Amino acid sequence: MHLDVRVPVGLMLATMGALLIGYGVLGDQAIYARSLGINVNALWGSVLVGVAAVLLLLSRRG
Amino acid sequence: MSLTWLDWLLMLVYFAFVLGVGVVLKRSTTTSAAFFQAGRAIPAWVCGLAFISANLGAQEIIGMAASGAKYGISTSHFYWVGAIPAMVFLGVFMMPFYYGSRARSVPEYLRLRFDEKTRGFNAISFALMTVFSSGISMYAMAKLLQILHIFDAPFAALGLGPHYIFHVCVVASALVVLVYVLLGGLSSAIYNEVLQFFLIVAGFMPLVYLGLRDAGGWSGITRAVPPPLTHAWRGFASASTSPMGVDAFGVAMGLGFVLSFGYWCTDFLVVQRAMAADSMAAARRTPLIAAVPKMLFPFLVIMPGLIALSVQGGVVPIKMYEGTSTMVLDALGKPQLDYDLTIPTLLLRYFPTGMLGLGLTALLASFMSGMAGNVTAFNTVWTYDIYQAYLRPQASDAHYLRIGRLATVFGIAASVLTAYVAAQFNNIMDVLQLVFAFVNAPLLATFLLGMFWRRATGHGAFTGLVAGTAAAALHHGLTLPVGAAAGVKGGWIATLAPYPSEMAQNFWTAIAAWTVCFVVTIAVSLVTAPRDDHELVGLVYALTEKPPDALLPWYKRPAVVGVAVLAATAALNLVFF
Repeated sequence: MHLDVRVPVGLMLATMGALLIGYGVLGDQAIYARSLGINVNALWGSVLVGVAAVLLLLSRRG
Repeated sequence: MSLTWLDWLLMLVYFAFVLGVGVVLKRSTTTSAAFFQAGRAIPAWVCGLAFISANLGAQEIIGMAASGAKYGISTSHFYWVGAIPAMVFLGVFMMPFYYGSRARSVPEYLRLRFDEKTRGFNAISFALMTVFSSGISMYAMAKLLQILHIFDAPFAALGLGPHYIFHVCVVASALVVLVYVLLGGLSSAIYNEVLQFFLIVAGFMPLVYLGLRDAGGWSGITRAVPPPLTHAWRGFASASTSPMGVDAFGVAMGLGFVLSFGYWCTDFLVVQRAMAADSMAAARRTPLIAAVPKMLFPFLVIMPGLIALSVQGGVVPIKMYEGTSTMVLDALGKPQLDYDLTIPTLLLRYFPTGMLGLGLTALLASFMSGMAGNVTAFNTVWTYDIYQAYLRPQASDAHYLRIGRLATVFGIAASVLTAYVAAQFNNIMDVLQLVFAFVNAPLLATFLLGMFWRRATGHGAFTGLVAGTAAAALHHGLTLPVGAAAGVKGGWIATLAPYPSEMAQNFWTAIAAWTVCFVVTIAVSLVTAPRDDHELVGLVYALTEKPPDALLPWYKRPAVVGVAVLAATAALNLVFF
């Protein structure tokens, strides 16, 4: 009960986002043919990290 | 398409976080109030997201996309007609009685308002129903992951045949939910439902984006599919032209009123989330906050169905007989489509490794949130409304906490067992679900009369419930959807009237049950002795002080938020009219 749920959600999304960005930047680019040529790992990974940052900031401000 | 280390790692991250939340909450879960009611200390927005997430099981995600491919945007009736108005009613009118009375559960409210037998009837049927429905959704989920064939390679590498995928899916997901609910009780379930909510949105939003892009946007979809599929209300003037076989009145009355209010306003699975809120005002805001994402979910879960119809002349796979390559044909000899595979097919089509792991994790998360919802509702009703009420009334708090944990283990074990029974005997499960539908259909009348008519009596409520259940069974036994064989689908007494679709039959069964329960409850109440008014304070509308909404800022007043939510829903209906 003494847990701000924004912290675990933020940390989880940040971890997942970072993994996706890492793979999207360093990994094989040929796999994005199926996602209409969009590097969806790097793109969506960045969105997740952004959302995570907002959640974590909000939790620090109380 | 096969999974890589990255997909597995993403799944692992998810498991680590849900279990971690349980571990962190273990320290504060030392009383039965903490375990069953989350100490009534959760902020409104957290309860609101949990409220919506507990309802968002994997079956809903798979089923709504399937229905989207079959009926098109009309499927949104299940949201814009069949959910939002009921959620607003719960928040504005009914929550004060659930939260304000001393009730710890929905059946307990029935005991305070009516009597012991009405509570017992509701508690026992609800407890059985949650266990069975969680087992059935577990079965559906495991079956789907097996059919997808993405786990075949890793299992083969371990020397295990494809049927082990079913066992591992059932056991692994059951164990994870078991551990985090045992550790942190309802708070753990609620916090994880919020986590799962974010994950579900994160997993499916890019799918809709890529799909829409591929289909040429909404205008591409409207060009590719027949017009009735992109209009929510076209053809609903009469049952014969409606894609669902129900006219607008049947939709509004059957789905919009009886079924939807019956579920959202009386089902403890969702109401429990609102009852965990930290104040009366927060409890009332819970379903209103939940209504905002709920209103937008059609874009996440129904749109994939339309996308699957639109790209490349349609990518919904043809239905095959299990384990063979023989196509299932309909009555006209045309191959049938396997609509349940809509979402999985799109996931495999658009997501590369990485996003695929996230999408599958989202599917797992939706499944677990639904299961944890069932389990936490079950352990509370079992402990408070069955064990404490009938088996051991005067035990210590620590004893009930222990019983609650045991009930969690038992509830999950029974669900797993149900999943295996479902795999063996599909028909038994269909019959059971039907029986529960009969029991549930009249409940709404009981609650409405209980909360808004002080003259309603316990004998009236109980007789009404039994009569309403009988009426549902009778109506089902005497009607049959066109093209169905008599039996589980109806007509097991005689077929007096055919319905154009199964959905039409469901809606009208519910309407019949509600009406009979409503009339019988009133009739019996009028000839039985009423309770004194002072006993009903806090339980009945006319005898309860209205919550001081005027002291809240306008954006926190339930009535104001409720009207705004309804207006937005009406606007969505007009846009897609």
